[in-house]
Amino acid sequence: MELDRRDLLTALAATGAGSTAGCSSTRRQATDGGDVSDHDADTLVALAEVLYPSSVSNVGEFVREYSLERVAADAEYAAGVAEAVGSLDEYVSEWHDVPYAELPTVERGEILRHMTVDTADPDPDGVARERIRYYLVNELLYAFYTTPTGAGLVGLENPPGHPGGTRSYRRGPDS
Amino acid sequence: MNGGVDRTPSGRVDACVVGAGPAGALVAAELASAGYDVVVLDAGPRFDPADREARMERHLRPGDREPVWDMGGERDAYSATGAREYPLNAARVKGVGGSTLHWQGMVMRLHEQDFRLDSELGVATDWPLSYDDLRPYYAAAEEELSVAGASDNPFAPPRETPHPLPAFPPSYSDSLFAEACEELGIATHSVPNARNSEPTDEGGACVGYGTCKPVCPSGAKYDATRHVARAEADGARVVDRAPVQRLVHDDAGDRVTAAVYATPDGTEHRQEAREFVVAAGGVETPRLLLLSKSERYPDGLANSSGLVGRYFTDHLFAGVGGTLDEPTRQKHVGFNTTESHQFYDRSDGARGAIKLEFLNYAGPAPADVATGAETFGDDLLAEIRGAYGNRIAVGGLVEQYPRAENRVRLDPSRTDAHGNPVPDVVWSLDRRTRATIERANEIQRSILEEMGTDVDWTVGPENTGPAFHHMGTTRMGTDPDESVVAPTLRTHDLANLSVVGSSAFVTGGAMNPTLTIAALALKASDHVAERL
Repeated sequence: MELDRRDLLTALAATGAGSTAGCSSTRRQATDGGDVSDHDADTLVALAEVLYPSSVSNVGEFVREYSLERVAADAEYAAGVAEAVGSLDEYVSEWHDVPYAELPTVERGEILRHMTVDTADPDPDGVARERIRYYLVNELLYAFYTTPTGAGLVGLENPPGHPGGTRSYRRGPDS
Repeated sequence: MNGGVDRTPSGRVDACVVGAGPAGALVAAELASAGYDVVVLDAGPRFDPADREARMERHLRPGDREPVWDMGGERDAYSATGAREYPLNAARVKGVGGSTLHWQGMVMRLHEQDFRLDSELGVATDWPLSYDDLRPYYAAAEEELSVAGASDNPFAPPRETPHPLPAFPPSYSDSLFAEACEELGIATHSVPNARNSEPTDEGGACVGYGTCKPVCPSGAKYDATRHVARAEADGARVVDRAPVQRLVHDDAGDRVTAAVYATPDGTEHRQEAREFVVAAGGVETPRLLLLSKSERYPDGLANSSGLVGRYFTDHLFAGVGGTLDEPTRQKHVGFNTTESHQFYDRSDGARGAIKLEFLNYAGPAPADVATGAETFGDDLLAEIRGAYGNRIAVGGLVEQYPRAENRVRLDPSRTDAHGNPVPDVVWSLDRRTRATIERANEIQRSILEEMGTDVDWTVGPENTGPAFHHMGTTRMGTDPDESVVAPTLRTHDLANLSVVGSSAFVTGGAMNPTLTIAALALKASDHVAERL
């Protein structure tokens, strides 16, 4: 199952990053954009490889383009991502000499569980594991499972947040 | 001027409308198109349509605690001291467009029986007008809201013309229900939706974002900003962030002379007009009248009957759901395409009306599961597969007959951002409403069991909640001792004050109220224009 350009555009639409204006009080604010560093992008890809099903390919391109596009529209989000990546690397540094993005895949999953990111409530203003859950983990999960490819893995080709038209709801599972 | 926006009052205008929701927007559009000078004052902001996708994300993603439409805080403080908790801010919106920004968009006409419950069944109170009186306004309202519907409902009241747009076809999920309903002798039919099934001049066709309630990013769902735009195109002035604090009247107490409103910088202004129309919803409308007490009217404006705020009525949700052993194809769209009104009209006064809804959005979406899961990768995918795919549910609205003890009053112990007492919603359920919910559950369960559903949840009398249809608090009638407004929607007490919206409903049936709100708004507009 390959993530394609359509999924990227879908993910951007679902997050509002495709729009040119922003809510005055929302975190998806279209303020002056910020840069996402190569390291932040590498970390998001490394996380996505753990978070997404193993059958999904083209994860790196999807995440890099998605994150870059999104951050270009939202400086506040960029800062949140960068700070959360820093927190994740800081936690990893207690056991390893490399940042999270350079860990073997199996250890990336273990780190998330050890840090209890898996059970953390997503909270952009919370403690480190809650911010990681919000800015990194849920960001990636939300992007993936609001695409036809992600939700389509469970039989929903037009998930909430995706403007997939008004035909699929009429179709049966075998059509 | 506040932030570059001029919120100072206009000179004395023909009509001042309080509230830019569907009722106020329709009145403003009608009067402006007839050439009258109109000013609309709304408590909330003018929302930027470009923000809607971002608001959608607030709804879909956990963690961001910002309310989708910015409700809450001191501005929207309230109390709920009745036997039942009432989460007032859960579904209302203050701002240009009002709660139609949030609503589901279901638009049915009330039934003929709804208007004469006392005459037919000896319960509640008759409306002072009949279905036939409102029928042309219903047709006009359907045009105004570009309703997508079909004339396939054998239980619907008579209608003269087709709906403006074709109905949305039934869902795959509907087809699963159809077989069971046929076996049980339950007739099903389409749902009238205020949602574009085809493009119109004012909006594109629905593109299936699936988040109708609480936000439609595409604008295919009707909201009152359409009529605000029309009103403004015809010269009306709409002032946002201008909450009306009180209405003031002349020395004789016969006419309202001005609406006193506040602006964001704290300044108070007076907007004078020949006619005033209060259209602020079933909670804020009675509150404003009560806040407008004076020496002449110590119990509040238009309240010589003592009924302002009384008879607060809502619809109750009843529902049953579970899982089937086959895919049900939920969550592709955020609206319903099949209902049954077979159990709507009452055979006696023992129970209220029931409207059955066959849900197209039962259970969680994949992203709902993922963003709250404690698993990742393939384990997460397996978890989502277990949670999504086989859910099925029947919901519905249940009628609550009006009771005087259910009411909206002022809570003198709490004040809002402007120092005004907040509304206190006193709400409870009576035995008959509970019995009606139980009957709805019985029907719902029978359908699901006929389908072979493993039923695992029921919303019944104990865990039901309101549908946020605030009705009855300035009820309509011909007797000034028994009602607040006349059938013209003008208050009995003040010659130039109208109250438009669901607060004028005498009874609420079990139909979503907005089409009736729109019909009454169009009727009120005619009467206001006659007086101007």
